[in-house]
Amino acid sequence: MNERRLRLGHLYPSLMNVYGDRGNILCLTRRCRLRGIELEVTELEVGDALAADGFDLLFMGGAQDREQRLVGDDLSKLKGEALREAVETGVVFLSVCGGYQLAGKSYRGADGEELAGAGVFDLHTVHPGAKAKRLIGNLVARWEGGTLAGFENHGGRTYLGPGCEPLAKVVRGHGNDGQSGFEGARYKNAFGCYLHGPVLPKNPSLADRLVSLALERRFGDGTLPALEDGLEQRAHEAALRIRN
Amino acid sequence: MPGPRTLASVWAAKSATLASRRLRRGGGTAVSGLVGLKLQSSLIHDLASQLGHGCVLVTGTNGKTTTSRLISETARAAGLQPLANASGSNLMRGLASTLAAATGPGGRLTDAAQRLGVFEVDEAAVPAALQELRPRVAVFTNLFRDQLDRFGEVEAVAALWRQALAKAPPGLTLVLNADDPAVASLGEGRDNVIYFGVDDAKLDRGAIEHASDALSCAVCGSRLEYNIAYFGHVGHWRCPGCGRPRPEVAVSGRDLDLRDGRTLGFEIVVVGNHEWAVDQPPHPNPLLEGEGIMEPRVEASTDMTDAENASMPVEMGIGGLYNAYNALAAAAAVIALGLPAGATPEALKATGAAFGRQEAFEVDGKGVELFLGKNPAGLNQVLSTLLLDPNRKVVLIILNDGIADGRDISWVWDADFEVTAKQFDKVLVSGTRAAEMALRLKYAEWDEAALTVEPEIGAALEKALAATRDGECLTVVPTYTAMLTVRELLAKRTGRASFWQ
Ligand SMILES: [Zn+2]
Repeated sequence: MNERRLRLGHLYPSLMNVYGDRGNILCLTRRCRLRGIELEVTELEVGDALAADGFDLLFMGGAQDREQRLVGDDLSKLKGEALREAVETGVVFLSVCGGYQLAGKSYRGADGEELAGAGVFDLHTVHPGAKAKRLIGNLVARWEGGTLAGFENHGGRTYLGPGCEPLAKVVRGHGNDGQSGFEGARYKNAFGCYLHGPVLPKNPSLADRLVSLALERRFGDGTLPALEDGLEQRAHEAALRIRN
Repeated sequence: MPGPRTLASVWAAKSATLASRRLRRGGGTAVSGLVGLKLQSSLIHDLASQLGHGCVLVTGTNGKTTTSRLISETARAAGLQPLANASGSNLMRGLASTLAAATGPGGRLTDAAQRLGVFEVDEAAVPAALQELRPRVAVFTNLFRDQLDRFGEVEAVAALWRQALAKAPPGLTLVLNADDPAVASLGEGRDNVIYFGVDDAKLDRGAIEHASDALSCAVCGSRLEYNIAYFGHVGHWRCPGCGRPRPEVAVSGRDLDLRDGRTLGFEIVVVGNHEWAVDQPPHPNPLLEGEGIMEPRVEASTDMTDAENASMPVEMGIGGLYNAYNALAAAAAVIALGLPAGATPEALKATGAAFGRQEAFEVDGKGVELFLGKNPAGLNQVLSTLLLDPNRKVVLIILNDGIADGRDISWVWDADFEVTAKQFDKVLVSGTRAAEMALRLKYAEWDEAALTVEPEIGAALEKALAATRDGECLTVVPTYTAMLTVRELLAKRTGRASFWQ
């Protein structure tokens, strides 16, 4: 097989890295390598320009509050437009927790201050105030006939508009807003979710979906040979069994 | 004199401790304190104010237990009688039960005149503890990402501490880690601060680690720069935005010899000598003046009195750079308490491992060493310490997701297991989230063929011991609740005491 290469842009790795998010990058890198695909990872920090056609995949993780403001600033000044354009042209994008919130249209923090988001997803997030209960715990959701499992920890409640679809249906846990019964969002090849843990290593079906979509877009063929996923499945099943 | 309500609550707290011990429900201390606190919320305040030498509060993400222990032992060497809470009883109810257990039949502290309280306090309990304990000295060891589901974000903990210190009772001396920018910033604009830190350029790792928080300046938000990076965000930092440097340290650790990770040699330099101690009142607890308070017994060694810098060589029976920081924190606290710093080296040498932290056992001719690992920064320090001895070949890693461990286990992905990927021939993984731990190791490129997953801790320990050859050492790296379980199993096999006895 010819060596195929995919380019991944990791957005704000030093600011948005709270919930073991680098596990997602390790996972994508390894699952590509085992299929003879080289995944070239470029880190894009605050101040680094993003080219809309520079990457096949983009990833943005979770952040703490102060970092979230710095990132919000950089998105509106520098990277937001390119990110929207990339997603419109089918680039694969995964955003988790704080990254998911900032990928929406707006985020209103606990202090009432409103941050503009990148506007990739037609959704907005509202934090009901410092006294409101955070949505914390193990989260299981149904997705395409299977399950996604992980952990959620967010104060903000995310409300989807008509321009995007929910990613998955909550089986156990809170999800987007604790009410709607939905978790995450999907628009074209962009995925957003509150599931962390990190989400990809123990949800290999989601990891492979991202790689497959990127391959299809770039090389016209997204088929992936199966991998030996014994430990991945055990970790997934263990996460399904956890009660909060 | 304590009022009748104090007496009742002390009695209730003590009897609950006994009942809980008989029921063998664990330490017992936390249960009893809860009862006492319900009856009298100022129990802690009443009893702590009887401590003849007042008390010192120790907090921070990592190193609380070991630092408290080192302070206690130094105080003991100086002729005082330390009163310390057990590791794991570091919430308000644990403080209450520790104090209640030290009272006599009249509801007053026994040996009050000689007592120095040494209390480790949970990060989130610092505001309440400062108000009720009214400590003379508060030690902040470090601030790392830890159990985000329980404590919230690092910035939130720093803000909590800042607010608590703004309202702290007067006369408080702070002992702060200068090398941790999040902790050092607590001293901004305050008097009576003693900073400690490490000055040893050969330990520079060149770059900060993955599990780093607090990379931005607490004052202006700029990204910090490092001349020396030791671990996590700890090192010689400087803010390029507002120009704030790492503060000048009063207690400096130099010439560290890390050896095989089981012992430690270094030099503690007290810069400009310990003149800070002069401001301390002769009797720290004015309420008790004239009640026969003992003066500290140990006198300053002669080479320390006039020198600009006093230097003390130190030998420790525990290893790793993080324990050098614990020793420096303790030495600085001792100075802040007005005790002679000369008592420190002897006490450091004599103090062995704290509960589950580099604690060693011998089982059937095989060594077993416990290294508690409960957050990415702590675990990274453990892993680099393990790396110092290439003869460690068998390891048992136990990941639980109990409330005391943090229900969210994503933190194991932030620890740098990559550094020890080639070290172990045999790897056992256990605990409620054993499979997730195994997956983490797989992605850190550990040899999958050497990996055994056994969720049940007792069975995993047996398998790990069987895989360890005679005369070799089994390394066990558990999370907090896993440590309690595995330590109990080891205590049973070796006849060592359980922690509550
Ligand atoms: Zn600054």
